[in-house]
Parts: sequence; structure tokens; C-alpha cells
Amino acid sequence: MSAAIELMNFALITAFIVVAISQMLSMVRLFIGPTTGDRILALDMMVVNAIGLIVLLGMWQGTRMYFEPALLVAMLGFVSTVAYARFVLRGDIIE
Amino acid sequence: MSFDIVATYAVAVFLFIGAIFALIGVIGLLKFNDPMTRLHAPTKVGTVGIGALLLASILYFDTFHDGSIHELLIMAFLFVTAPISSNFIAKVIIHQGTCETPPEPVTECTWSTLGSPNRKSDVVEALDHTPE
Repeated sequence: MSAAIELMNFALITAFIVVAISQMLSMVRLFIGPTTGDRILALDMMVVNAIGLIVLLGMWQGTRMYFEPALLVAMLGFVSTVAYARFVLRGDIIE
Repeated sequence: MSFDIVATYAVAVFLFIGAIFALIGVIGLLKFNDPMTRLHAPTKVGTVGIGALLLASILYFDTFHDGSIHELLIMAFLFVTAPISSNFIAKVIIHQGTCETPPEPVTECTWSTLGSPNRKSDVVEALDHTPE
């Protein structure tokens, strides 16, 4: 059992590092992205990675408290992506 | 080998899968060279990457704490909303003309997202072709 738990802890730390690197690299695309679509896409990806980081944090601390923040970030991320895309398309969000 | 040990190994495997897919998605986002091509890489993160991380979370809390499947709610929400937001981003890219022009459709009208009422000729053309 201890070997399995050690492997799981190693996987948890690795997932933390990799998802954080992924978050930073998508921020690079957010800065250099030549078109508006790339920037919206990078923001969407950053929201998804943030959900992953929150879930990993909940596993790391062993508490269920981080479930609701992850759900809230998921909903707000979808709404903000759609709002940004609609604003670029129409020049207006709620017509 | 009891169930706990198998579940712990499964948590590790799902964590590795999620991390690998997150990295694959961001490499695709950085390395592809066309906006419409870049659109398809992060969808893998949204489905498989986050799905694997949430599965690992479900298994972890089922093994070490009192289990529940709350995380399925996040997974279902992400799976439902990912195509919608991708569709909106694709619309933005098409309307700004920053990608290759999509091929002409077989009918005489243009693509429905491009045939906006701002283009008077398209509307008039479409009205002319409506069957009486």
C-alpha cells in the first residue's frame, strides 16, 4: 500500500507541475496571439487549466471544499468565453 | 491485492493521463500556425485531460474519504459547454477572415454564419431563390 501511495503522491506533484506549466504556456499564447480568436481560445484554455489546478489542490489537501469553486469557475469561464466572442461578433452582448 | 491498492494505482494513472493531455493541448496551442488549426488542440484538454483529473479525484475521495460523485457534475458541464464555446470561437475566426476561406457550399447560398443581414446581396439572392 505504501508504494501505491508514494506513486500517487508523485503523480499528484507531477500533475501540479505540468498543469501549471500548461497554464503559463497558454498565457504566452494569450500575449502573442495575433488574432482575437487566439486570445479568446487561450483564455478558455486557461479557465480549463484553472479547474484542473483547483481539483488537484482539493486532492492535495484532502478536502471536498474545492468542489464548488471548480464548478463556479467552469460556469463563469463558459459565460465569459461566450460573452467575449459575442462582443467581438456583434459589438454587443445582450441585444 | 485489495481494492484500495488498485484504486490508488488507478488514481496515479489517471493523474498522469490528465497531465499528459494538458501538456499536449498547450503544445498544440503554441505550435500550430493557423487560427482554425489551433482551435482543435485545447479541446483535448477540455475533455480527456480534465475528465481524467476529475476521475482521479472521484477515485481518490472514494478510497481515502467517504466517496461521492460530485465531480461528475463538472465533467458533464464541461462536456456540454465545450462545443458551444468552440463554435463561437470558430465564428469569430471566420468572421474576422483570419483563417483560410472555407470551401464553397454545394447550394447557391453562402455558409449560414457568413450570410448575415449586413450583406444585402446575399439576403436578396436568398429571397429570390425561395420557392413560391
